[in-house]
Amino acid sequence: MLKYIAKRIILMIPVLILMTLIVFAIFYFAPGDPVSRIAGPNVTQEVYESIQRKYGLDQPFIVQYHRFIRSVAEGDLGISILQHRPVIEMIKERLPVTLQIGLLGFVITFVIAVPAGVIAAVKKNTAFDYLCMSGTLLGIAIPTFWLGMLLLYVFAYKLRWFPISGDGSLRQLILPGFAIGLTNAAITARMVRSSMLDVLKQDYVRTARSKGLYEKAVVYRHALKNALIPIITLMGLRLGWILGGSVALEIIFSIPGLGRLMVDSILSRDFPVVQGAMMVLTSSIILANVLADILYAVVDPRIKYG
Amino acid sequence: MNEVILEVNNLGIDFCIEDRVIPAVDGVGFSLLKGETLGIVGESGCGKSVTALSIMRLLQMPPARISKGEILFKGENLLRKSDEEMRRIRGRDISMIFQEPMTSLNPVFTIGQQISEIFMQHQDLPKKEALSRSAEMLRMVRIPMPEKALKQYPHQLSGGMRQRVMIAMALACQPELVIADEPTTALDVTVEAQILDLIHELKDRINTAVIFISHDLGIVAEVADRVAVMYSGRIVEYGAVCTVFNEPKHPYTKGLLDAIPDIGMSRNKRLREIRGVVPYPDEIKNGCRFKTRCDYVRNKCISKEPPLLQLGTGLVRCWNCL
Ligand SMILES: Nc1ncnc2c1ncn2[C@@H]1O[C@H](COP(=O)(O)OP(=O)(O)OP(=O)(O)O)[C@@H](O)[C@H]1O
Ligand SMILES: [Mg+2]
Repeated sequence: MLKYIAKRIILMIPVLILMTLIVFAIFYFAPGDPVSRIAGPNVTQEVYESIQRKYGLDQPFIVQYHRFIRSVAEGDLGISILQHRPVIEMIKERLPVTLQIGLLGFVITFVIAVPAGVIAAVKKNTAFDYLCMSGTLLGIAIPTFWLGMLLLYVFAYKLRWFPISGDGSLRQLILPGFAIGLTNAAITARMVRSSMLDVLKQDYVRTARSKGLYEKAVVYRHALKNALIPIITLMGLRLGWILGGSVALEIIFSIPGLGRLMVDSILSRDFPVVQGAMMVLTSSIILANVLADILYAVVDPRIKYG
Repeated sequence: MNEVILEVNNLGIDFCIEDRVIPAVDGVGFSLLKGETLGIVGESGCGKSVTALSIMRLLQMPPARISKGEILFKGENLLRKSDEEMRRIRGRDISMIFQEPMTSLNPVFTIGQQISEIFMQHQDLPKKEALSRSAEMLRMVRIPMPEKALKQYPHQLSGGMRQRVMIAMALACQPELVIADEPTTALDVTVEAQILDLIHELKDRINTAVIFISHDLGIVAEVADRVAVMYSGRIVEYGAVCTVFNEPKHPYTKGLLDAIPDIGMSRNKRLREIRGVVPYPDEIKNGCRFKTRCDYVRNKCISKEPPLLQLGTGLVRCWNCL
């Protein structure tokens, strides 16, 4: 098992390197002159050349990439053009808020989707099932940012239970967390239901019943553990979606998170920050998928460790 | 000793699919004494598993529906029991061994977890004791290194070993009735012989009654005291195993016996088969169910279904035998 985990983590390294290459290439080949991005359009020839030399922009691609990846490996993501601060510091300030929204969204997803999906499967074709399934259809149809705006309007503006815009305090994260959680729960509940329906037909569920176990043990122990296996992978894949959703929500709720930082930096053409934020976001998605793989192996003993 | 443990009377089971009603089992009845083995034989699709599952009350309802009859276990009608009462009977008083050892065990729990939960459920044993009892059961069904097997997952065991685990689970609480639904069909011949020996031996040891279902009359002849031959949802012949085996009366039983390969048989003699296939349960509306495949079919057979009547010591459903 430990070997399997180690292997998954080692395999992650080439993926991360490829990711840095892609991110770097995007900015290298992006239209526009990097020197004028840094110094503005009207500079003298000397200043232009000194900046070019200072940032190594006169070197070929491969040399520049090599330098880039070395500083990334040392934890240096460059300096913000606008704020003249290390990018890594700015990201460190913003990341926790985004992660908290994501985590809250995740927890809400699970707390709603698993019971709803299981009960809908067990009570297939009853009123509860139909209600759940139409609810999820609605949840899938509504975009996250729109639900966010709706929640903001109702609970913050009308009812004043939550601050309208703010400071990144925990209280302020609840509404965006719900916006992500609810829409994500919709699609997850459908997955849980269909996975559960499939498992409930299996022979081993009939065996569990034939042993005289409580129906609860049959459903929540024997069936659910099997039904969750495909859900774990799905959740790993959904993380990118959750973080993407968080970017939009941070804007709507004016929360100073990583998504907000990225969008602001794009608008102000602060490319080192965009680059850094992009790498942190993609790395966390890669990491989440590796975690999902490991969790998958923990739940399903049939996965060969090796 | 001659206590009747199970009595099934005039059992009828329909499947309601869309607006069609398919009578999968119609008027089946048999009885079982304490410690006795009843064999149920018949071709695929004749309703053996449906009958077995209805005794356990494990049929999916809907689409299944009990249309008539009663199932008396120690004098009490199981069809009238509440779900909770039935749950307490399952695994403790009646248990079942299924046809498919490869898929009947839960892939994500260890063998130990799957056996010990029976002891924890029905005998309130603490986990540790339940596990040691489980190891005992595994030793009884002759699984090598039981302690190690407890920690293994089903996919690490062969089909024969898994079926042994199923048997261990079925016998855990020393039930009074075990239903074995084609326990060896999915296994190869040598493993089949071992499993049959095992069932035979354990049955005597804990003196449980067994319903042994098979499509192979030869196997049933080895293990059963009495045998019911089923065809298209009905019992067509019923009696002591040696009588049915040595003097089959119903043309279908005769056909089944002719289809058993014989070691002494000369090579160029072709195995006799029953021509045609089993009709779908609602295909034949009147007359004898076997009329489409019978060599002795008469006018009466086509229009009127024969009743199950006493003939000698057994029962037969055939106009030709009257
Ligand atoms: N879930 C179901 N839905 C509809 N019809 C069913 C269902 N289960 C069984 N049947 C019908 O009941 C009949 C009897 O099925 P059953 O499984 O009892 O056969 P069997 O004798 O056990 O055969 P086998 O030797 O293949 O196990 C079949 O003809 C089938 O059409
Ligand atoms: Mg069957």
